Amino acid sequence: MKTALLTGVAVLALGTGAAFAQSRDTIQIAGSSTVLPFASIVAEEFGATFPEFNTPVVGSGGTGGGFSQFCQGVGESTIDIANASRPMRDGEREACNAAGVNDIREVQFGFDGIVFAVSADKPDFALTPVHVFKAIAAQVPVDGELVANPYTTWNEVDPALPEQPIALAIPGSNHGTREVFEERVTSAGCEESGLPEGLSDDEIDAVCTTFRQDVVVEIAGDYTETLARLQSNPDTVGVFGLSFYDQNRDTLKVATVDGVTPSLETIASGEYPVSRPLFFYVKGEHIGTIPGIEEYVQFFLSEGVSGAGGILEAAGLIPQPAERTAEVVAAFEAGSAN
Amino acid sequence: MTDQALSAGQQALAERKQRIRAGLGRRHMTENLFRFFGIAAIVAALGFVAILFIDVLSKGIPAFVQTNLRLEVTFDPEVLDIEPAPALQEGQSQADYRAARLAWERQVAMLNWNRIIEEALRRAAPAGFEIDSRQILSIPETDARHVVRALFVANPDLLGQTVPVDLVASANTDNWVKGSINRDLGDTQQQLSAPARALIDHFETEGVITSGFAWGLFTNVDSRSAPASAGLAGAFMGSFYMMLIVIVLAVPIGVGSAIYLEEFAPKSRFTDLIEVNINNLAAVPSIVFGLLGAAVFINYFKLPLSAPLAGGLVLTLMTLPTIIIATRAALQGVSPSLRQAALGMGASKTQMVFHHVLPVTFPSILTATIIGVAQAIGETAPLLLIGMNAFVASVPATPLDQATALPVQIYLWQANENRNFFEARTSAAIIVLLAFMITLNAIAIFLRSRLERRA
Repeated sequence: MKTALLTGVAVLALGTGAAFAQSRDTIQIAGSSTVLPFASIVAEEFGATFPEFNTPVVGSGGTGGGFSQFCQGVGESTIDIANASRPMRDGEREACNAAGVNDIREVQFGFDGIVFAVSADKPDFALTPVHVFKAIAAQVPVDGELVANPYTTWNEVDPALPEQPIALAIPGSNHGTREVFEERVTSAGCEESGLPEGLSDDEIDAVCTTFRQDVVVEIAGDYTETLARLQSNPDTVGVFGLSFYDQNRDTLKVATVDGVTPSLETIASGEYPVSRPLFFYVKGEHIGTIPGIEEYVQFFLSEGVSGAGGILEAAGLIPQPAERTAEVVAAFEAGSAN
Repeated sequence: MTDQALSAGQQALAERKQRIRAGLGRRHMTENLFRFFGIAAIVAALGFVAILFIDVLSKGIPAFVQTNLRLEVTFDPEVLDIEPAPALQEGQSQADYRAARLAWERQVAMLNWNRIIEEALRRAAPAGFEIDSRQILSIPETDARHVVRALFVANPDLLGQTVPVDLVASANTDNWVKGSINRDLGDTQQQLSAPARALIDHFETEGVITSGFAWGLFTNVDSRSAPASAGLAGAFMGSFYMMLIVIVLAVPIGVGSAIYLEEFAPKSRFTDLIEVNINNLAAVPSIVFGLLGAAVFINYFKLPLSAPLAGGLVLTLMTLPTIIIATRAALQGVSPSLRQAALGMGASKTQMVFHHVLPVTFPSILTATIIGVAQAIGETAPLLLIGMNAFVASVPATPLDQATALPVQIYLWQANENRNFFEARTSAAIIVLLAFMITLNAIAIFLRSRLERRA
């Protein structure tokens, strides 16, 4: 018994020692939960297609969380690729550089639509950015003056909307989706809503991004949490990614925005206004150290994977034009020539 | 003593009896009320457990049955236009052969395997059935092409032959067959197209689609591209490695420190302080241990992310106080006469502890260990902070490889976007985790009863 324990401890100690000597041979990825399903599919297919490489490991944590892991430094205990549903901010790039990560390569691989959806048994919603802004902003312009938001039901905002109490579940600030939501929906609606003249930029900004906390629920988790919110309060309008809505069409009903129904076609053509590009960022310093990074990027951007008709389109990704992909590949490879 | 005095005494007695009788009803009521509350509390607790179990079982049990497809697959040489697999030639080094073989395997991977599957499906469909290729390929799981390819790689002689192959039906097919999705919904709300649904129903009556036990749930790793093939093997091994690490590290260290503190350490302010700290440590929320682990093991010691080794170390820290406290309580429970007898016979203090006191406490230490380990196995929060919530599509070969753990897998599946399918899978994973826990606890009870009988 005693010897067995001692051997166990010894083996473990040796194992720990080996950890420092052994080099990692599996690509490690983390970041955006919107990109996670796509990246996981690519990782699996990559492992199946390239027998010589291990299947990459894909973590989540949101775009911001992914960048903070990515920018921890260079070395095997840091991740190689950060998934993102928004571009890297300047502040994040500075943090990266400060930690010694200088060769950051941005790869844009497609688009994702952001949709508004209600439970399937609810009436149809035909929203515009102005509706959403007026429904959730803390202060709204009424007769040329800013007043505390008086609306309690959607039909008070616009008689064409259903008579349903206002409740909106939006992504929390750790999600890249939130930024797109504010930029494309609330800020756009805010500008059109007829703000009183003579406000400074800062004041406009404050009006456009301050929401009523009693009708807005910020979801820090993923879309299943938003869905659960819709089930517990059926009056809630939820903000989802297009692919999530597509897989749950039996319980969700999508709202049109500016009269356009979100679909692969309307988003790819730019008709549907609320969409955003998806990215991943590669740590150039790790190329050559961790095997398979270059092959992973090339595989990800290949026609059969992220192109039109590829496996990611089937999973809900909106492919970008082939010319754009060619540019991205060229830029990535130009980075590796340096 | 006079009659009068006697009667006065009798009177006092009668009065006292009267008082007791008067209060009796109230006392009985208090007693009954307490019993009632006790029973009500137990019934309520059991009721909640029953609701939990009924909910998990009713949702999870369907996931143990899986929809399968049995297809006659033809390895058509016209589609599979590839040179024969390289053979080891004379004078060729092993490395060269392996490189040639890898290059061939990659060429095989690039072949149009979906075409092979599609042709097999079309042959099984009624003649002239109209369905486009995307729709027909939504019936089998997307990993079908890998399954067929793996058969070919293992046996390249299959070229030109037709063999029956068992495939897994896609998650949406499974939902349709099991009725997890409302079958009355219109076309726009269904995941599968109308022809695909009609073909599935046809396949079901023809016996092409069958249901069977979902062994894949135990033998496969997690999968996103082929959700119907997602299994628990990787998570199970991750949890297993962590359990080993916790047992190997926490038990000797925990029991050792408890013995030292209880039997050898001088009683001073300092040891009091340590004791208070250990008790406090047991009450620290597990997420704090996760933060500590991320800072120490990952950032400072540079252990690999998502590795069961780092997870096991974090869980060890979490389990240590439980084991120390339980062992100390067990040591305190040993009667002093045993110690005095041993010392009186001339045993040294170490001999006294290890030969006489410790064996008596074995059953309690063992129970504490298994309960501590079971608790650690069910822990999720600290693992999220050291990257163990990543998507890992392989079985970890060593504790240094990336892995997930069973509770984290439940968390990940719970968040999967195919709700109709993964609601059942999540509950199935919960059933597996609960079964694992119940087994561990049963072992604890069994060992304790055996050791106690011997002692």
